[in-house]
Amino acid sequence: MSKSSLNSSSGWLRSYTVIYLVFIYLPILFLPLFSFNDGIYVAFPMSGFTLNWWAEMVNQPGMHKALWNSFSVAVPVCLISTTLGMMGAKALTTYKLYGARALTGLFTLPLVTPFLILGIALLISFDNYGIDLSLFTVGVGHVLICVPFSLFVLLSRMESFDRSLEEVALDLGETPWMMFWRVTFPIAMPGIVASLLLTFTISFDEFLLAFFLTGDASTLPIFIWSQLRFPGKLPAVLALGSAILIVTVFIVIVAELMRRKGSANSTENVI
Amino acid sequence: MKSSTDKTSLSAMSLWRRYPALKGYALASPAILLMIVALVSPFLLLAGTSFKIETGSSDEWMLSLANYEFFFEKSHYVNTLVRSIFISTLVALVTVLLAYPAAYFIAFHVHENKMLWLIMITLPFWTSYLLRVFSWKLILGYNGFINSGLMWLDLIKQPLDFILYNTNAVILTLAHAWAAFAILPIYVSLQKIDKSLIEAAHDLGENKIYSFLRVTLPLSMPGVVAALLLVFIPTVGDYVTPKLVGGPKGLMIGNLIQSAFGRLDNWPLGAAISIISMITVTFAVCLFLLGINRVRKVLI
Repeated sequence: MSKSSLNSSSGWLRSYTVIYLVFIYLPILFLPLFSFNDGIYVAFPMSGFTLNWWAEMVNQPGMHKALWNSFSVAVPVCLISTTLGMMGAKALTTYKLYGARALTGLFTLPLVTPFLILGIALLISFDNYGIDLSLFTVGVGHVLICVPFSLFVLLSRMESFDRSLEEVALDLGETPWMMFWRVTFPIAMPGIVASLLLTFTISFDEFLLAFFLTGDASTLPIFIWSQLRFPGKLPAVLALGSAILIVTVFIVIVAELMRRKGSANSTENVI
Repeated sequence: MKSSTDKTSLSAMSLWRRYPALKGYALASPAILLMIVALVSPFLLLAGTSFKIETGSSDEWMLSLANYEFFFEKSHYVNTLVRSIFISTLVALVTVLLAYPAAYFIAFHVHENKMLWLIMITLPFWTSYLLRVFSWKLILGYNGFINSGLMWLDLIKQPLDFILYNTNAVILTLAHAWAAFAILPIYVSLQKIDKSLIEAAHDLGENKIYSFLRVTLPLSMPGVVAALLLVFIPTVGDYVTPKLVGGPKGLMIGNLIQSAFGRLDNWPLGAAISIISMITVTFAVCLFLLGINRVRKVLI
């Protein structure tokens, strides 16, 4: 009796969770679906299969420039923020720092402040110091939001590692620097790769900060935003959006697999 | 000369050795510096700017509270702030209510491949925010997915015009966009619960609903509270969602801030609105936490 009631509640929860997943995925699957629809409106009934929109997307004027701009922001941003995140995570896990909680709080701030307000605060600062808006200023904004992500990904990786391995290396006569390269770095490696991939994705997809901090050069999300005004360009935007989604999903799956490697059930690695 | 530099470097070395934490601060210093230069100092400048007003000629400024007065004199501004708080509160509640059963399922009923479920549920969160919000516009639109689908199936004759460009559309879209921020903290707090406590409640004759209400739910409250705050705080300042799916009735405070920096070109006013909304959010969060504490004390 009690066994069957347990199973039925589990069944209900499972159905609910599946419906919830559909709710989460539906809007995202929708973009690729209609990017192949042979019609200018995103509406039923669908008219037929076409690759025209994808072809139009590839040839869109301005798209290549925006793609290049996004790369030239996201690559330095992921390298810089992962380096800073790694140093911060190492500092917080190896040393007993006075005020460690306050530091963690400081690093959490960019994640709990609306990006809009971060954006205008940075805009005012750049204006105040006479720094012209450019891809560089977008990059500064992105590093600010990526360092906390990187730090928290790496903290969870490094908290779970056995400090005695480093001590053994030092006892065996390694210099601290060699110890870092030969012990700490390989252990933290999956976390570092995950951090690089995730911060790259965040920067590549980020819209609001770029919206305020970019000058004349537009990144890919800014380019998409500018295209949304023209209904005729919608299908090509759907194709572009789908392409970005597919690449992002691939990157994130690799990153998550790296991050959670061998620690599926430990809760501290969830966030 | 040479000996004195030797001496200072020697004392620096011994300081280094005596206080290993200094190395820690040195390692963390680039990140700390970044936070000071790109976060703390811009916020001070933002606060400073909010007290400025232009005095005729373009480079002369004067300090005053005029921007704050202006804000509170315009009922449109105050109403928009109130509506933003209202919308975000509802969004936080809806998001947490929708996410809780899914988090509960993964924490208690999935025994293999937990990682796969978690990745599946958080994956969409990493994709472009702009595109996710935009696809809701396509779904809810006048000629969109829902309307055209229902008309195609002959269930309605005219497109429904009440589903896009209003507060409900904003709430639905935000509840979707911020789902991961609710699921993860709730999942973590459920996962931490000692299963033997729940079994003990069963053994003591509590039925399933009571043992959930009296054991599992209270123990998962830290996760629920974290989830509510993680969704509430950033959504108050959202710009993209109200802009794309809100219409004039669903405008939020972020849209006013943006227009002060864009169309109105009145940065000090925009800065003042930002400060006012941040103070309001902080105040709302403090009230909420105090309320939670009071409830907890009454219950225990």
